Amino acid sequence: MKKRLDSDTIQSKENTFLSRRRFLATAGGFGFVITAGAFAPRFLKDKKNKELADTPSLTAWVQLDKEGNITMYNPAAEMGQGSMTALAAIIAEEMDADWSKVRVEYAPVIPAIYGMQWNGKPGGPMITAGSRTTRGYYKNLRQAGAQARYILLHNAAEKWGVPVGELITEPSVVVHTPSGKKLTYGEIAAFVKIPGSLPVIDDNDLKNPKHFRLIGHTMPRVDIPEKINGEAKFGIDIHLPGMVYGVISRSPVYGSKPELLNEKDVRESDGVVDIVRLDHGMGVVAKTFEQALKAKKTMQIKWSAGAKAEGYNSEKSFAMYHDLVRSTDQHGKNVLETGDASASLSAAPKIYDREYYTDYLCHAQMEPLNAVVSLAPDGKSAEAWAGTQAPDADRAAIARILELDESKVKFNNCYMGGGFGRRSVDFSMEAAVLAKQVKQPVKLIWTREDDIQYGSFRPISLQRIQAGVDNKGNILAWRHDIAGPDERLQTGGVRMAYYNIPNQQVKLYVTDHGVRTIYWRSVGHGPNKFAQETFIDEIAHDLKLDPYQYRRGMMKDLPRHLTILDKVASMSGWGSPLPVGRAKGLAFSDYGGSFTAGVVEISLDKETGQIRVHRVWAAVDAGVIVQPNSAIAQMEGGIIMGISSSLLESITFKNGKVQQSNYHDYPILRMADAPESIDIHLIPSSASPTSLGEVSLPLMGGAIANAFLKLTGKPLRHLPFTTAKVLDVLAG
Amino acid sequence: MKTSFKLNGKSVQVDTASDATLLWTLRDTLSLTGTKYGCGASLCGACTVHLDGIPVRSCMTPVSSVAGRSVTTIEGLAQDSLHPLQQAWVEEQVPQCGYCQSGQIMQAAALLKNNPSPNREEIVAHMNGVLCRCGTYLRIIKAIERASSKNGKQ
Repeated sequence: MKKRLDSDTIQSKENTFLSRRRFLATAGGFGFVITAGAFAPRFLKDKKNKELADTPSLTAWVQLDKEGNITMYNPAAEMGQGSMTALAAIIAEEMDADWSKVRVEYAPVIPAIYGMQWNGKPGGPMITAGSRTTRGYYKNLRQAGAQARYILLHNAAEKWGVPVGELITEPSVVVHTPSGKKLTYGEIAAFVKIPGSLPVIDDNDLKNPKHFRLIGHTMPRVDIPEKINGEAKFGIDIHLPGMVYGVISRSPVYGSKPELLNEKDVRESDGVVDIVRLDHGMGVVAKTFEQALKAKKTMQIKWSAGAKAEGYNSEKSFAMYHDLVRSTDQHGKNVLETGDASASLSAAPKIYDREYYTDYLCHAQMEPLNAVVSLAPDGKSAEAWAGTQAPDADRAAIARILELDESKVKFNNCYMGGGFGRRSVDFSMEAAVLAKQVKQPVKLIWTREDDIQYGSFRPISLQRIQAGVDNKGNILAWRHDIAGPDERLQTGGVRMAYYNIPNQQVKLYVTDHGVRTIYWRSVGHGPNKFAQETFIDEIAHDLKLDPYQYRRGMMKDLPRHLTILDKVASMSGWGSPLPVGRAKGLAFSDYGGSFTAGVVEISLDKETGQIRVHRVWAAVDAGVIVQPNSAIAQMEGGIIMGISSSLLESITFKNGKVQQSNYHDYPILRMADAPESIDIHLIPSSASPTSLGEVSLPLMGGAIANAFLKLTGKPLRHLPFTTAKVLDVLAG
Repeated sequence: MKTSFKLNGKSVQVDTASDATLLWTLRDTLSLTGTKYGCGASLCGACTVHLDGIPVRSCMTPVSSVAGRSVTTIEGLAQDSLHPLQQAWVEEQVPQCGYCQSGQIMQAAALLKNNPSPNREEIVAHMNGVLCRCGTYLRIIKAIERASSKNGKQ
């Protein structure tokens, strides 16, 4: 698959876009509207290819040409998770398409058609977040594929004058079983008539999963061939004629405003086209990126005083949170309450009371943020390119800044060099501000330093957990108090429906520090599962119980969960002897309807405080797995990022300023520190697909801490477990 | 400032600022965007290219320093078909987001040139400077082992 952005493609997409929108306006614009005849999308690869230009679309999701080539539209962003392949495979499965004839393109930004299932209905936002893609599109795309197949079957039946019930399909072929006559999908494309309305496809019209040949079977990912030879286009690779380059010097303390003291000098810097003042920074636009960078370095900026973050020192947050969760006049927000935790806690024969801490984390995705915005010379329309997890939101933001109707902004999503929750909107807005002023196509690039220093982070947190335990070791009461700066981001994963704990209460205490925080892979599950799972092992350790058996006891009535736990125990050889200096730790997690258990095997260099994770095992139940190899890759990636963030990563603020700036002081895991092996087991299931992108990451903090407790008898309670912190714990 | 050098086997001449780096010259002047910007400080390896066969970080290589020398980028790594490493990368389904993979492959290609059958320790030591945030390290190791075992058979 190749995707080239040239002006012909762009132009033809624009035309299609408008015609399709007009059609939808007349057709009511719901769901899988058939685009027929004159309104067919003509996603030209090459304007010389007249054949393709005349190709009708079967449905909004599928285009078919006379050679049988099938184009499918991917409504989700591709940030490495494999959406380009998995979503098309779902359509192709029900359409009975020959996979070798399928190519995949990004769907245009039309949420009414391509938005995901949201609150039970299709047509929600086109957002790629929360590991929702496969889960959110599975049903709709099976129906879309079945509808495309229905059209092909009916056209063949009409052509042959036979009942449609006598027809079956083989990959990309309709077969009349009584006569043995066959028509390929490409042959049908030559005479296909698109019905005025589509049948409603109900579950009985869908394939029996027994007959799946794509879903559950690994297809080579369609984006990989262009990701190994330099051809893949990320946002940062977009080039337009006459394009200039923008960089921005942003507030070192979030919320402070700039005043440029040496505008004349900056304007005289080589290649400078313009200087653009933004609320949160000074932008400079130049003919080349390096000229823009050089001009940025010459800028002398006075930053306004009085921002909320001024004077903020993140290391002091924990002492403040400690007091906050114990304050008698601050009651926090009740997040979860089952039974009566307070009463049960005070009645319990034994109480455990521990605190856990997590630092701010940065996404540190490999491709720094960037966007290209081009405003038409007449100012009445614009086109933008960026890799974003929310193209409709980016487009809306750009339109707002350019004072245009959204329909006048054509947004082209690009491959993302990592998203992890960070990638949407703010960089597109900035590029729009620059383009609006300079009236030339502008590519905005964040430097790595910009990306880290003006990052938006996983929030810091303190977790206090108290448990009331009976004489047999059963946890009767669970009280979890969370303190941190962002109400949206800190309570994910607090519910532990899989542990039989009758009385549970979770409270959240929020203190705004005036710094930027946002979704970071696994969001609240990272800190919360770390605290829960570490605490459970601390209790088991104190009671001299095996942590696996202890969890088993708490899940004894849940066969699905026990299967996962038992599987990882057997995979990892739980309980079998280990070499001296090695220990294993276990953790359990959920995310988005999926459940997983993981085991790590670690060693420790007591001189340096360095923990090394040697091997990892995980079993996961995520329902039907559409693309097993991509699923495994997501589990592996979450585990690596989980180890990285558990051992190395920390953002700190001093006097309101981020102290880190690049990979030397915000290290992420390198190959030498990766485990020697990661074994993933996907539990077979016929349940609807659930989430996979974020379920494994939260295992790592707890599993590593639990292995460390086993190895040393000492608890690790503050993520990340840097060598300095480990040495402190060992000395303590 | 004009600089002439060999790029993917062909002679090129560029006219840039005297302190322009090879990375941005490749990307913006020569339109070879397969070489990626990641950190600008030789910390991540996303910009790795070969200079006279040696892997270098193009983000900190002045273009003036390559005058008269030979530069190979990801676009020029394979001659006709795929390089054995690219083939192995497909077979092991290595990339996720893919952004770091040009640098990974270029770094690995330099290893196999000098050491056709490296052991795991040698692979890790050689590759350690190239970061991947998606967590594809174990697949990268497998792909290099796969490509090198083919070397062994030849």
